[in-house]
Amino acid sequence: MNTPLPPAGGVGGGQSPAPAEDPSGERWAMALSAIDILVASAGTIGGIMLRARPGPVRDAWTDALALVMPTRRLPASADAEGLDGGLDLTATLASGRPVHRAGILADAHGKALLVPMAERLNPSLAARLATAIDDGCPPLVLFDEGDPDDPERERLPAALMDRLAIHIDLNSVRLDMAALIAGDAPPPPLAMLAEPGAVAKDPETALAVAAASLGIASIRAPIMAVRVARAHARADGRADTIEQLREADMAAAAALVLGPRATRLPPPPPEEEQPPPPEEPPPDEPPPPPEEPPPPADDTQSNDQEQPEPPPVDPTDMILDAAQTALPPGLLDALAAGTMTKAPKSAGSSGAKQKSITSGRPAGVRPGMPGRGARLALIETIKTAAPWQKIRPARDDGRLAIRSEDLRIRRFVAQTQSTTIFAVDASGSAAFARLAEAKGAVELLLAEAYVKRADVALVSFRGQEATLALPPTRSLPRAKKELAGLAGGGGTPIAAGLDLARKVAESERGRGRTPLVVVLTDGRANVGGGDGISPQDAALTSARAFRAAGIACVFIDCSPRPRPLGAELAAAMGARLVTLPRVDAKAVVAAVKAATSGMS
Amino acid sequence: MSARIPFPFTAIVGQAEMKQALLLAAVEPRLGGVMVFGDRGTGKSTAVRALAGLLPPMKVVPGCRYLCAPDDRSPCIEGCREKAGKRIEEANVPFVDLPLGATEDRVVGSLDLERALATGEKRFEPGLLAKANRGFLYIDEINLLEDHLVDLLLDVAVSGTNVVEREGLSIRHPARFILVGSGNPEEGELRPQLLDRFGLSVDVRTPTDMGDRIEIVKRCDRFDRDPASFVAEFAGHEQKTLEAIAKARKLLPKVQVADEMLGLGAQLCSAVGADGLRGELTLLRAARAQAALAGKKEVKPHHVAEVATMALRHRLRRNVLDDTGSTSRITRAIAELIPA
Repeated sequence: MNTPLPPAGGVGGGQSPAPAEDPSGERWAMALSAIDILVASAGTIGGIMLRARPGPVRDAWTDALALVMPTRRLPASADAEGLDGGLDLTATLASGRPVHRAGILADAHGKALLVPMAERLNPSLAARLATAIDDGCPPLVLFDEGDPDDPERERLPAALMDRLAIHIDLNSVRLDMAALIAGDAPPPPLAMLAEPGAVAKDPETALAVAAASLGIASIRAPIMAVRVARAHARADGRADTIEQLREADMAAAAALVLGPRATRLPPPPPEEEQPPPPEEPPPDEPPPPPEEPPPPADDTQSNDQEQPEPPPVDPTDMILDAAQTALPPGLLDALAAGTMTKAPKSAGSSGAKQKSITSGRPAGVRPGMPGRGARLALIETIKTAAPWQKIRPARDDGRLAIRSEDLRIRRFVAQTQSTTIFAVDASGSAAFARLAEAKGAVELLLAEAYVKRADVALVSFRGQEATLALPPTRSLPRAKKELAGLAGGGGTPIAAGLDLARKVAESERGRGRTPLVVVLTDGRANVGGGDGISPQDAALTSARAFRAAGIACVFIDCSPRPRPLGAELAAAMGARLVTLPRVDAKAVVAAVKAATSGMS
Repeated sequence: MSARIPFPFTAIVGQAEMKQALLLAAVEPRLGGVMVFGDRGTGKSTAVRALAGLLPPMKVVPGCRYLCAPDDRSPCIEGCREKAGKRIEEANVPFVDLPLGATEDRVVGSLDLERALATGEKRFEPGLLAKANRGFLYIDEINLLEDHLVDLLLDVAVSGTNVVEREGLSIRHPARFILVGSGNPEEGELRPQLLDRFGLSVDVRTPTDMGDRIEIVKRCDRFDRDPASFVAEFAGHEQKTLEAIAKARKLLPKVQVADEMLGLGAQLCSAVGADGLRGELTLLRAARAQAALAGKKEVKPHHVAEVATMALRHRLRRNVLDDTGSTSRITRAIAELIPA
């Protein structure tokens, strides 16, 4: 189906292979081999998720893909209807006969569908794309353009991510500047650098075991890994039956599929079993062929191809090694910091934005153009056009003359949904009681909130900094899990806490939700500021930002004896002040409810 | 869209509870559907699709857009039963995916714009609910579905009829379907009102047994490579399951529920604190289907015990401060009330 351009099966060749110790070059080679695999997979692997912001590296990769496979870009304005196609209303009205518009999915048949800004993909589109993958239509290439260093960045819908076999991170890749400036063609993909290696023993078992030891729960991952391994073999021009898979195929599957999904490092091999490093031949097997031991899979040396068939090896360790070259960025740091338990906030859970023209309960009509989610109100449109028929020049075919100003679209009301963000002072001696009651309040609110579909988040601040202990969620089980290990004690960085709470509130507002910030503190800041600014003044500055942003707040002063400090902060925030010398969960919930009822 | 060969139901490794729940729902459509809680990539949608592919074709009125049954008494709204006369067609049991982003129009149906604009004819274009009539309506990530759609589904699921009053249309058509929902509770809770609507609920976990996981990967690969021969390999099992469902369906009306069993059901529900009558009713209906599947003409205590967890798990009153899982509460109650 594709013209045999350089990349397909470009074994060895005259390209200058990236040095093996250069992780950037290795990753780039991996990304290019993914293209060959995608072409060879014949639509069985869902597609590729590419973590890459727009830039020369991504352009080079996209150009390389376009060399071997026609591509189609998903326009940013696409909606779920655009994917499937349907009646083109405007054209239909203009011409007086039904005009159909082909859907993007049908149009992309035989091409790769590129989805830029995939992290901002709206949930209904993501759901439609996920179904499309299940039905086996065009391979997707999703570009995740989120800032990898921003813990608050938007994430791709997990249901969609899971269905895309290959995950690659291009953010750390640097290309040869000189070639880019000269405007040369992108470096041609050089995929199969590694030797095919020995025949892998029982590849399915090996991949399943490797997936489990990397902490990958979804069973889809090893299934996808097998498909990728087979596609790799096909791309290399070898037989793709399970029995014929080589080490290089396994390594590719490990690096492209398993590594990026890893949630933990594989446990060290148990002592009693023989733990052979991949270079050493396992003890129970015949001595290696005279020339060389089979090269490790991620090795990029181009040896001579003519090598006698090495005996099958147990590939599990090799797979784990290969997978570790592609661990998700930040995994190691996160493991070190012990924060890996938190599931990333998936965009899928964020719910649709409450655009009042697209969803909700119907609430009348207004003039406007259909499309981009707005739906035509046909009867109203005809009613509007009717009185003008005598004045307008009659049409030859006797049909109604409808002009674009007659068009009416339906309106919907969507219930505004709220997010309550707790900013809890976890410092000092009273921290534990305060935290416990704040947690209680979160749980109580969530237990009631699922009827109203309200989200709750929790920011805790202590010591030097503030952390988002619970990202906005409406899930009670998740809140319980994540709030279980909250620590307390230390200094009081009120400014940091307020700033983080405001950031969360603003990003919630960006999602079309109404934020409410509830601050629980005694109001005495002793960390923050600097440069001649006292912690208290820094806190006041942060507090004023709330008022400027117009975010609704409740300030719960929980010092045993209320002092003017709390009142000052509350006034600066424009917050409703509640004094609760003895915090208890129910009182906090009551204060929140009073505030929310005043809001709407 | 190309009709893919569905993965054989009997080739699914493990997940016994989910498969059992789906079989019960297939035997007794009045159970009110199955809710599957669980992680991604646990074979939820595979299992549901597989079951739909397993069921014998049903008899339909030719040309009927609502897949009406020929022996149904209620008049078909478009009069196709009269038009068709004595002719009968066979059709596969429908399996309809309701995507998260579906608009209300697509779900309930709407004015056929093409006809309306081209010929001025006011014609109803059936939606997904009509397509799912007498089959399965599957909603993945149902907990993320928009509220107004959830309300709408609830209404139709309860009444078995879809009433459309919009755009100058006034239509009611049958929409009896087995609702199968799935979702991960960690990504958002399901409203209790909707949860209660589901007859059975099962918890699906990713298989942790290494042997199972390997076997799954192997079977999927064999299926990928040669679906036809893989399906042929399981044809015997599939046939057996199909026959068991058919037999159980025939037997179901004859299965007796003794008064003691009614008492047992009531006791069990009150012991675990399951809200509402619906729990009791579902428990006994499920037990009856269980007995029918086993080829028995009378419901025994062990039938009740076997289905109690599925039928009641999602109906227990929730206590925020009590972490005891619903499953263990039910298991305890069963152990007390039903001697093994």
